[in-house]
Amino acid sequence: MFIVNSPVVETIQVHENIFIQKIYSPDIAKIVKPGQFLNIRVSETNTPLLRRPFSVCDVEGENIFIMFNVLGEGTKILAHKQPKELVDILGPLGNGFNLDGNYKTAIIIAGGLGSAPFPFVTRKIKASKNIFTFVGGRTKADLITYALDNVQISTDDGSAGIKANVVQLLEMNLDKIDISSSKVFACGPNAMLRALKTFCIKHKLDCEVSTESAMACGFGICQGCPIESTSNTDKYLLICKDGPVFNVKDVVI
Amino acid sequence: MSNIDLSVNIGSLKLRNPIMLASGTVGYGNEIAEFSNLNKLGGIVTKSLSLKPRKGNPPQRIVETSAGMLNAIGLANVGVEVFLKEKIPFLKQYDVPLICNIAASSVDEYVECTKILTTEETIKAFEINVSCPNVKDGGLQFGNDVKAVANVTSKVRAVTNKPLIIKLSPNVSYISDFAIAVKQEGGDAVSAINTLVGTSFNIFTRKPKIYNINGGLSGPAIKPIALAKVLEISRKVKIPIIGIGGIMNWKDVVEFMIVGASAVQIGTLNFIDPTAPEKMIKDLENYCVSAGINKLSELTASYII
Repeated sequence: MFIVNSPVVETIQVHENIFIQKIYSPDIAKIVKPGQFLNIRVSETNTPLLRRPFSVCDVEGENIFIMFNVLGEGTKILAHKQPKELVDILGPLGNGFNLDGNYKTAIIIAGGLGSAPFPFVTRKIKASKNIFTFVGGRTKADLITYALDNVQISTDDGSAGIKANVVQLLEMNLDKIDISSSKVFACGPNAMLRALKTFCIKHKLDCEVSTESAMACGFGICQGCPIESTSNTDKYLLICKDGPVFNVKDVVI
Repeated sequence: MSNIDLSVNIGSLKLRNPIMLASGTVGYGNEIAEFSNLNKLGGIVTKSLSLKPRKGNPPQRIVETSAGMLNAIGLANVGVEVFLKEKIPFLKQYDVPLICNIAASSVDEYVECTKILTTEETIKAFEINVSCPNVKDGGLQFGNDVKAVANVTSKVRAVTNKPLIIKLSPNVSYISDFAIAVKQEGGDAVSAINTLVGTSFNIFTRKPKIYNINGGLSGPAIKPIALAKVLEISRKVKIPIIGIGGIMNWKDVVEFMIVGASAVQIGTLNFIDPTAPEKMIKDLENYCVSAGINKLSELTASYII
């Protein structure tokens, strides 16, 4: 983990409010793993003050990609960065997905902007694993399928794909998947992760989830991002340092 | 190498320069050591320790505000025993004054923690946190009660010969009254200020953004308040002051020293740029050269009013 100033290569608007930013950052590109995140300072001024955490969306050669929606002042500034403007990156941070193992099929579950880490995951495993990707959102505008493979979609309001939540969508497709040799990788809202946890326990599916939280530092000193552990209730885990990816069985969501 | 003397004294505690890292923003040193050479710093202050481990508050613990942030961590810490066993060995490798911050919920607990920790030679001084705004248990609101602060100071003073620093709350009318009490009871210095009580609500859900409802406000938003508190103490009491509150660069350090601080602590900035405190040391040296100052400590309370 280190701090680098890296130039923006380009910013692609993939949806009305969703951007993918390509940043030339060879040092980070060399070592970052899928599921890890970067804590980015968007401006040298005091407003906004803190860094903002972003999942690494993809890595292509010496370039890294982040995906974000414009929510507040920080992401607005980031979205307006021009090519060659520098981005102050602290990273890579946290633990990524454990993509190794004997499983034959990766089941990717993404809710809304939870798609962010999966282009990189897909790139890493597509030569060696079967991939089923299920993407859900409240409405059509929330669906992000950028650089994903074998995608099926659902929306809560039925405006695109099947009218269902993404866990129901997975259930509908279970007959197509050999779940005895599958592993689930998921990222999305807590309600989705909770439903998925129940589902995975019921079907004895190994499942890793990427969690998120407000945080200040991203590397363990502010203690701002606790998550309850299932094995030790005397102590919180930290999303930034112990996560953001956890085995779903290890955390209370 | 210039021959500028950057060293400062906090009572009998000698620091190679005035840049310390504030409690709660440096953990127990290990994470920040990946970014910064701890041996260059004036000192580091541990995360608040209590006698037993504390789990801390449930999420959400942090929210950003204008030029600042609110935190309500709830003094999550490993406790004195684990600190001595697992954290001290790492800190021992460094030649940087280690100040142990203690937060307790009773006078007895403050005393007990200090008694245990004072035997550890790596610990060079104590900073007593009587002002955490985020913990309710224990009954006493030490930080808001001059008599309670005086009592804690005298009881802790009785069990350690190491420099004793009391970290004061800004959430009071006259902070100098507290500094007077600390001095009278044998405290060596005060840290000023801890965070200010604040809150932030979501306008759509009408709920507080952090679980604890109130949090401690830190960051550059509080700097003018902190400066005023340091100045107030400096004008009323002859006691070394460690200035804290929204320091973002070397100029802020100089400003705190001018209004009365002997040293400073860097807090929120560590979350944003953990390399910044070390870089400030060189900047301070350059400032001294350009301002014709041979000894940085001459700045302390050099205000012209």
